[in-house]
Amino acid sequence: ESADPQQTAFALRKAWTLYSVTPLHRFRRSRLSDYARLLSAFIAAEKQKGLAVEVGVELDIKVALSSLAELRGSELDQAALLVQLSSRSRASSKNSEDKLVWSGWFCSMFGDELSENVPENFTCLPLFLTHGAESYTSLVGSWFQKTFDCCFRRLAISPLNLSWMVAMWAGYKLERAASAVELVFSMPCLSQPLDISYAIHPEDAKALWDTVQKTPGEITQGEVDVFMDCLYAHFHRHFKIHLSAAKLVKVSTGIASAHCDGIVKILHSQYLPGVLMLLTELAISQIQ
Amino acid sequence: HLATSLPLPSERDHLRPRIDMVVFMIDIKSKYSLKNVETSLAYVDASFFLGKVCFLVTGVGRVNACSIETNAVCKLAEAYCSPVLFCELELEGIRAATAQRLLRMLQICAGHIPGVSALSFVSLMRNSNVD
Repeated sequence: ESADPQQTAFALRKAWTLYSVTPLHRFRRSRLSDYARLLSAFIAAEKQKGLAVEVGVELDIKVALSSLAELRGSELDQAALLVQLSSRSRASSKNSEDKLVWSGWFCSMFGDELSENVPENFTCLPLFLTHGAESYTSLVGSWFQKTFDCCFRRLAISPLNLSWMVAMWAGYKLERAASAVELVFSMPCLSQPLDISYAIHPEDAKALWDTVQKTPGEITQGEVDVFMDCLYAHFHRHFKIHLSAAKLVKVSTGIASAHCDGIVKILHSQYLPGVLMLLTELAISQIQ
Repeated sequence: HLATSLPLPSERDHLRPRIDMVVFMIDIKSKYSLKNVETSLAYVDASFFLGKVCFLVTGVGRVNACSIETNAVCKLAEAYCSPVLFCELELEGIRAATAQRLLRMLQICAGHIPGVSALSFVSLMRNSNVD
């Protein structure tokens, strides 16, 4: 099932910083315009206090909150919530367009594990993705925390989870010629940081995954291990370096890329739900 | 005595004192360390697995850096009837406490504690498995 491309276009080809969010208390979808007004006032007030985002520039920040009915997985999922901060310089004319300076969205893709066990009055949207200045993220986050009694935490992605992602994504079929499957490793215990980038032709990676995966649609930890072991063995054969002793910090495929600091870029709308489902799962396990 | 893998070089066999306990160290950030331990296990005489082997998993403080599933380590330890200790070497308190535990276990394995033998470790493990 693919969501309406118009609704999901904003999510593609942007680097999103990931957070996990605990359930929101007494969040009412009917009050979105009220919330937008309140958040706008909060940001203006914080700026008055001297927490200006850009020094020397007079900016009015306009807040827009919208529901994205298409971005959800199961019936139990709440529709995604998009927050957009736009600016219009006071100096420019009234006809000038607003410039989008920050966006963030809350989402739940098959987050039933959390939604099922939560009392009434709580809204579960465990995954929060942001794009834009950290200072705006901080402002928006503070307002949501105060208003809905929730808690945000950066979502880091362990090497174990990154290898799961690269194995899964390398196995997806892409019609057009895709970019290489790339893994970036950070070598430990060196005085100067050293990164190794290991690029594989996407067709080779997919062929390897196809020989490993037993049941289509199902992936086991064992299969991911075999896939990674093959890649490590190949690299060792050529370069005599054990990548398995290094830290996997970033994976990149034609579908999406992910960094261990919790930064993700999704390139293909067809696989957006699949990627979001995986990230929702990670967010939920961080909350619990 | 520290070694990066087994078997130990045979040239020094005659100079080596009796080995009372073997601790296999697995770094949760390194898949390679787990593979290395799995290969080295084959070189340990079966009699050691009666309480004289233990697995030490290090680096557990950094949950976001793990490259190994803890389940995999626990299954390995179960297969070899040996206990697993989890620790974080970067924290001095835990480092010291872990060292003390290992020392205590070593004393028992070496037969220095009257009335307690290494076999007790094995039976302790069996009890927790039943639970």
